Amino acid sequence: MIMPLGLGCSSRPGTSRVNRTGSWRTFRPVFLRDKCTKCRLCIQLCPEGCIMEESEGFPVPDYTYCKGCGLCAEECPAEVIEMQKEEK
Amino acid sequence: MTDEQCSLFEPGHRACGGCAAALAARAILDAAGPDTIIVSATGCMEVFSTPYPETAWKVPWIHSLFENNSAVASGITAALKKQGRKEKVIALGGDGATFDIGMLCLSGAFERGHDFVYICYDNEAYMNTGIQRSGATPYDASTTTSPAGKCSTGNRRPKKDLPAILAAHGAPYVATATIAYLPDLKKKVRKALDTEGPCYVQVHAPCCTGWGFEGEKTLAIARLAVETGLFVSYEMENGVVTRVKKVVRKPVEEYLKEQRRFRHLFRPKRNDAEIAKIQAIADRNAEKFGIDINLKK
Ligand SMILES: Cc1ncc(C[n+]2csc(CCOP(=O)(O)OP(=O)(O)O)c2C)c(N)n1
Ligand code: SF4
Ligand code: SF4
Ligand SMILES: [Mg+2]
Repeated sequence: MIMPLGLGCSSRPGTSRVNRTGSWRTFRPVFLRDKCTKCRLCIQLCPEGCIMEESEGFPVPDYTYCKGCGLCAEECPAEVIEMQKEEK
Repeated sequence: MTDEQCSLFEPGHRACGGCAAALAARAILDAAGPDTIIVSATGCMEVFSTPYPETAWKVPWIHSLFENNSAVASGITAALKKQGRKEKVIALGGDGATFDIGMLCLSGAFERGHDFVYICYDNEAYMNTGIQRSGATPYDASTTTSPAGKCSTGNRRPKKDLPAILAAHGAPYVATATIAYLPDLKKKVRKALDTEGPCYVQVHAPCCTGWGFEGEKTLAIARLAVETGLFVSYEMENGVVTRVKKVVRKPVEEYLKEQRRFRHLFRPKRNDAEIAKIQAIADRNAEKFGIDINLKK
């Protein structure tokens, strides 16, 4: 016998994108390209998953979601990510 | 597109900036891929990723309770088996969910031998409700229910050895991992998924808010836990330790002094006796697992 489940609720996949967490930011990571080795470490370790690779292979953060945690800047082996105070 | 870019865990979630649990969720899904069903206990990861009507997950994901997380996973696993389906089931829980509240069902599911993977992201306290101690909280950590003060140096009990308890259930694969070493973490998740039977992966996931450090330091703190020997990264196959990450060990205070939860060990004055007890925990870990790399002088 199949019983309808009258409890619970559901959401559409990936809908958290409506929440623009970039507004949380106090400091903004600025990626200076000249010394970037394209090692991709920042892309892997961002807890937001908001650093993308552009066509030339350079990482670019999506400021719509970047919370400015500074983890990418702290870990970048080439030290090419600078945290700059947001001007609002 | 690369793995990281076709993410199964979307941004917009409400985790604190620099949260290791959010990073763990991404890494786990990277390793598991789209044919995965996630069962989630209550806790930060559940709360920050699914504020109704939104969700960060792009795989089937179900939340029920703390107590029955492993029972829900068992039921889904049994239903998939009956239908001849190949999706993998991962039950996710924090340390409170896993070490304490969901322990009964977790033990039952492992004893019955369901083919699923239980992953605990271990931030060493009940964070989502305001930093209460759990069975995973380390010795001397100050939490809201084990506050350090005049009469106490923080949590009085050592961390429960849950990997050993689950290995004793006959689990074919039990591993500890850390967000400090993402490729290793992903490899272990993959191995657990590819091993038949109930498998367990415990992921050390520092919490900037609960432990008291800046979010940018999350990986540095996670590395220090390994480098001091307070967290050991290893694999157990059929109850036998088969692989251990070795380190050139640092004194435990290098890890402790970076965190507000251990601040009372250094201020107002240094508590050498307590620091020595924590060093002894690391020394015992080192001996038990043989983690020391001895550099030739
Ligand atoms: C049965 C039950 N008891 C208590 C709670 C309240 N509660 C919600 S989240 C949470 C903390 C969970 O801690 P943990 O599993 O370690 O996950 P964390 O929040 O630390 O990531 C608690 C106690 C609950 N939801 N259900
Ligand atoms: S600052 Fe934090 S959230 Fe922003 S891109 Fe870097 S790691 Fe991601
Ligand atoms: S309280 Fe800790 S575990 Fe919870 S979202 Fe914040 S950093 Fe992550
Ligand atoms: Mg916890």
